Amino acid sequence: MLEIRNLHAVIDGSEILKGLNLTVNAGEIHAIMGPNGSGKSTLAKVLAGHPTYKVTEGEVIYEGRNLLELAPDERAREGVFLAFQYPIEIPGVSNANFLRMAYNEKAKHDGREELDPLEFDDLLKEKMKIVEMDSSFINRSVNEGFSGGEKKRNEILQMAVLEPKLAVLDETDSGLDIDALRVVANGVSTLANKDNAVILVTHYQRLLNYIEPNFVHVLYKGQIVKSGGKELAMELESKGYDWIKPAGAKA
Amino acid sequence: MQQAATEKENYFSAYKLFVRTREGKDPAWLNELRSRAGSRFEALDFPTTRNEEWKYTNVAPILKVPFRQVFDLEPGAVKMAAIEPYTYAESRTSRMVFINGLYAPELSDLSGLPKEIVVTSLAEIPQESNDVARRHLGAYASYEEETFTALNTAVIGDGAFVHIPDGSMVEQSIHLLFVSTAKEPIASHPRVLIVAGKGSIASVIESYVSPGEDIYFNNAVTEVFADENAVLNHYRLQEESERAFHVATTRIHQKRDSNYTSYSISLGGEIVRHNLNAVLDDEHVETTIDGLYVVTGKQHVDNHTTIDHREPFCNSHQVYKGILDGRSRAIFNGKIFVREGAVKTDAHQLNKNLLLSGGATANTKPQLEIFADDVKCSHGATIGQLEDDELFYLASRGINPEMARALLTFGFAEDVISKIKLKSVRERLDRAVLDKLHQSLEIE
Repeated sequence: MLEIRNLHAVIDGSEILKGLNLTVNAGEIHAIMGPNGSGKSTLAKVLAGHPTYKVTEGEVIYEGRNLLELAPDERAREGVFLAFQYPIEIPGVSNANFLRMAYNEKAKHDGREELDPLEFDDLLKEKMKIVEMDSSFINRSVNEGFSGGEKKRNEILQMAVLEPKLAVLDETDSGLDIDALRVVANGVSTLANKDNAVILVTHYQRLLNYIEPNFVHVLYKGQIVKSGGKELAMELESKGYDWIKPAGAKA
Repeated sequence: MQQAATEKENYFSAYKLFVRTREGKDPAWLNELRSRAGSRFEALDFPTTRNEEWKYTNVAPILKVPFRQVFDLEPGAVKMAAIEPYTYAESRTSRMVFINGLYAPELSDLSGLPKEIVVTSLAEIPQESNDVARRHLGAYASYEEETFTALNTAVIGDGAFVHIPDGSMVEQSIHLLFVSTAKEPIASHPRVLIVAGKGSIASVIESYVSPGEDIYFNNAVTEVFADENAVLNHYRLQEESERAFHVATTRIHQKRDSNYTSYSISLGGEIVRHNLNAVLDDEHVETTIDGLYVVTGKQHVDNHTTIDHREPFCNSHQVYKGILDGRSRAIFNGKIFVREGAVKTDAHQLNKNLLLSGGATANTKPQLEIFADDVKCSHGATIGQLEDDELFYLASRGINPEMARALLTFGFAEDVISKIKLKSVRERLDRAVLDKLHQSLEIE
């Protein structure tokens, strides 16, 4: 589904990703871990197409197409989804309107039928159960006045509505209390299936107590330096990141 | 100044003519009020950009046009169908219509109002309301130094007089609809007096519309008096032709425990100036002054507001938001005074401008002048464009850039519109803002 080869990316002139390689197949959950500043969030934003990050080298093949050629909104309609580390507030636009608009844009693209407000309301109610959200959230402005946990849940709700093929979760677990973490993790587990793939970008192993990844990768100084199974995450939790520095890498 | 004098001549002779037409028709106090204002108008000059308060707004283009002033309405000139789009469901039977500033009874419908509520033309004040009108008309909108207000006051004729007696509650909204339509350039001087009695509850919509794209000039003055414990919601919707000139003053005077909320919306007009001045003249007054302006093309809108905290324990909230496109210009000048002794004042003011084009200009000047201790005051102003991060967030959900910009712009306005309590006013504004920005968003 996703093939990243020798990816280099810069922001404001400094190179953050320095030759990253990663292969993700349908039905897989990948966790990408690494210390602060290793490039985890940059990878997430590059995949979604954030305009301030420039790809200088390498390629990203998604479903057989060059992902980097697509505008951010095209990527989203093709099934790429980024759950933001810091979701944006949109005053004056209700969650319901926003979600329906996003849903219908994708439906149009996929050749499916668009939903009117009433039909969409039914769908939304179902999806809200997944993230245990109160119905009052539907009519509130997108993320405005939401707590940190509510914003993250709202990201998962959007994921549930849009049903992406490739979901990238950028530190969705950071700063969550145990209840919110459980809800977010349940949401992701519920939505993961054999046809889609999930990349969990995280700083902590804690989330992986709730979601079992097929692969764990360690990102360090812009490269994936180690890959393994769930046990790698445990090892990182107990030993920290220091031991992982590759022999050949300059500290 | 010589130049101003010749430009004034047109208005002054119209005033003289008007006074003759009203001879013997009005109470003596009204004649005297006009005459005092007329003298002030004769003595004053129209403001120029050398005047600090008019620095950004040049009225010379307005004064250059040889506007005709009419004081008689041609019956049947405007059909009901033409004004239908500007009416509101909440005020079907509580609506006063004015054509070019003149009261049009055949287009008005006041049948739904309780008997004790006075909604009438200032030219036909009923005997029992005479004292109330005399006490309040011209008492707040000072014409001593304000040329436009002096002119308006000098020609008070068919204006709107709304009196909610003590303890009365009006379910419907009272709609004062000012329609401008003319084959030739006409200057009108709409006048409104709203007196909300003790403990009364009411809402008033004051709207300025034009079915065509005519050139005309509205010089409007509205006075609002909210007596003890009165609750008044005031919606001022300016949807003039984009070739129209609109200069207006709104003066609010509040007594103890009164609660006044105003939404001042400005969408139309080529040159628009609105002075809004609220005096919190007693303790425990609550004042909310919100505004929204959306300007495109070469439109120019200037909002000058003053909130005057004269007594202790009063709260005021003000949010003015503006959307500017094309080569438009918007000015916000907001003063808050906290007078000596006005302790425990809680005053907040915010002006936010969204620039959609590089050619648009916003000037904003929030000012706080505090002469009392133990107060809580804040003010702020922003001028900005749509944020890349906001646009990216929407894009990442599959929303195309054009829709994303439309949605964020709409949301910016909606922040003010959504607070409006009247559903049909909200819906009308949603539609008007989207139309104005040529954006076809499907919003429920």
